[in-house]
Amino acid sequence: MSEHVVVIYPHPDDEAFGASGTITTFREKGVPVTYLCGTLGEMGRNMGNPTFATRETLPEIRKNELIKACEVLDINLEMLGYRDKTLEFESTEEVAEHLFSYLDKIKPSLVITHYPGHAVHPDHDAFGAAAIKAVEKFSENERPTVWAQAISRNHLEELGEPDIQNDVSEVFTKKFETIQAHQSQADGMLSKVRNEADDIVEATKQWLGVESFYTWKF
Amino acid sequence: MEPIEINQLQEYIDSFANKEVYVHLETTNGAYASHFNQDAYNVGAFIRNAKVTYQRGKVVGAGATYRVGLKLDIGWIYAEGVNQFEVDMQKRLLMAGHDREGRLMVALQISESPFQY
Repeated sequence: MSEHVVVIYPHPDDEAFGASGTITTFREKGVPVTYLCGTLGEMGRNMGNPTFATRETLPEIRKNELIKACEVLDINLEMLGYRDKTLEFESTEEVAEHLFSYLDKIKPSLVITHYPGHAVHPDHDAFGAAAIKAVEKFSENERPTVWAQAISRNHLEELGEPDIQNDVSEVFTKKFETIQAHQSQADGMLSKVRNEADDIVEATKQWLGVESFYTWKF
Repeated sequence: MEPIEINQLQEYIDSFANKEVYVHLETTNGAYASHFNQDAYNVGAFIRNAKVTYQRGKVVGAGATYRVGLKLDIGWIYAEGVNQFEVDMQKRLLMAGHDREGRLMVALQISESPFQY
């Protein structure tokens, strides 16, 4: 099986904050990466700071930011067309079928997604659960590995140390560039760091320099 | 969006009265509220494309934040905490309240055609 990584997250910028260092490392080795992005983050609260987006212009702005971020990372992008904040109200089975229709074509070696129940945002939990359900549809000998990302406060207590801990400091410039491609969101997310540190890149590296995942046990 | 200018906003609100309009109303403190602060609760409400007709709409308040209420034949719609507004290219009235970091806390929007869902 040739290597191909599929990243399954619901929002434009989840890939940037969560896995862009890991993605960069795969791309540097020549491994193709495809991002299945669930929504356009239509319900995001960050409107830029100072605000430059409205509830109605945000989807198009975030779509363009997402396309730019994927160009920075040099990865394929598929936008799946769900609406932000509604994924948990969709049928998990239907979403899983939808995701499987992509996975079945790509035949990935690795799937990166959120750890359901430990991913804080309801869309993360719901999309992660659907992604795992989609991967379960493969027969055991064709099934890709799944790296599930947990960000809940209690994940270390409940799940133990993540077995995959990627130090991405070597490729952090690329990660920072990817985050900044999501300008409407980065303004707000990085403002906390900006207030406290002179060197925002270094401070952000402290915060986001390691990307951790749990290998999912089927 | 611009800071609310109450007389101008009132005129816009009046221009949609007694017509069939589509309303978007939401309020939220974000999906991460209780993640960043364990004493907080995540709360929010969202309705998109409620088809209503209001007989009277009114903006009340001063300075930092305003309240906008719409009186329907059999009910009410209101939003509290709006501080910015605009009429966009598609002639939709967008009103929103943002916090100091530019994050949206509340939105009330009125349009004669449905909002893209």
